[in-house]
Amino acid sequence: MNKTVKNAEEAIKDIQDNMTLMLGGFGLCGIPENCISALVKKGVKGLTCISNNAGVDDFGIGLMLQTRQVKKMISSYVGENAEFERQLLSGELEVELIPQGTLATRCLAAGYGMPAIFTPAGVGTEVAIGKETRKFMVDGAEKEFLMEMAFDADFAIVKAWKGDTHGNLIYRETARNFNPMMAMAGKITIAEVEELVPAGELNPDHIHTPGIYVHRIFQGANYEKRIEQRTVRKK
Amino acid sequence: MLDKIGIAKRIAKEIKDGYYVNLGIGIPTLVANYIPQGMNVVLQSENGLLGMGPFPFEGEEDPDLINAGKQTITTVPGSVFFDSAMSFGMIRARKVDLTILGAMEVADNGDIANWKIPGKMVKGMGGAMDLVASAKNIIVAMQHVNKAGESKLLTKCTLPLTGVKCVKKIVTELAVLDVTPQGFKLLERAPGISVEQIKNATEGKLIIEGDIPEMTIE
Repeated sequence: MNKTVKNAEEAIKDIQDNMTLMLGGFGLCGIPENCISALVKKGVKGLTCISNNAGVDDFGIGLMLQTRQVKKMISSYVGENAEFERQLLSGELEVELIPQGTLATRCLAAGYGMPAIFTPAGVGTEVAIGKETRKFMVDGAEKEFLMEMAFDADFAIVKAWKGDTHGNLIYRETARNFNPMMAMAGKITIAEVEELVPAGELNPDHIHTPGIYVHRIFQGANYEKRIEQRTVRKK
Repeated sequence: MLDKIGIAKRIAKEIKDGYYVNLGIGIPTLVANYIPQGMNVVLQSENGLLGMGPFPFEGEEDPDLINAGKQTITTVPGSVFFDSAMSFGMIRARKVDLTILGAMEVADNGDIANWKIPGKMVKGMGGAMDLVASAKNIIVAMQHVNKAGESKLLTKCTLPLTGVKCVKKIVTELAVLDVTPQGFKLLERAPGISVEQIKNATEGKLIIEGDIPEMTIE
């Protein structure tokens, strides 16, 4: 049951052009920095990336946009990223914007073996166009819901704080975000962690993602953990 | 007329002891500064935190600890982290008592538009569509009129919608209004603002019953 691989390069070695990847993180918080660097180095192209955000110009998924490896982004918010905007306006990049809760729950559905979910998010808006709707009784009143499909991703790439050789994962603070349900949703899931320990060292009660969902794990190196908006108060 | 701080202070008066509250980006974020001392209120950040605290002291920023606006923050005692699916689960299941967010336009039936302007770069709806579709109580902080002086409280939104029939209350620089099945009901005037001025600034259906008091914010 040893899922350990040497490094990011080995973990992503069979990711091919035109595949669909899930990448964990919210903004630049909890993103798989090592795997993103390895994907840039490998140069795979035509990728569809499911990730809540698209990084910034020179960090996160922004690095893969600079090298034009991304064909399509599926995100809820694409923020401040000049290269992203340029590629979008020139038609080089396709973008599907979906509500954040819908994004999270479509990952969750994939990891829970459910083909679809019903959500009220986007009812009556352009998000609902072309989608099947259904009415349910909620608190004694009829309410309309959209049917949204579980994601189907070739690889999920997540970042955790600690992990063990069985692939069990523990996240830290708000760096958890999309990582747990993306970890459950990939056909193959790669986890990079700040600290990798032998199986048995993590308290089973403290594990967030059971290793059954994780196929490859490695201890990442040189985490930058860049802060997107440094906000402070004076002492 | 209220400034942004004034709008935030007035909205803070709507928060009750024991509330779980989600604050959007912009003026709603400022509301946190005016929650009365001693009141038990837990702030939800939809990237996975209940119990959001103030910005960290200089040098104590933690890259793993941010809010939904990607700003560095702190936690307060009793806080808890969770994943994004659970975060929107508690929103969808209406466990969050109050959602405060900004808007570009609101219609007199409660429709809201706040995510997209055709012809401009679209950044995305983030969690806004999930929040407005499920929240049991939504208060909108917004400007009553745009820079050209045109009303943003309309009969029908002109911009792409974020959600339908969901806004319950609006606080602007001019007034506090409830959204009722009959239209915008004027509740309070901002200091120094007349009912006439509010009428002129409101394109949607406005209901004015009896004397409209001037609001108190301190």
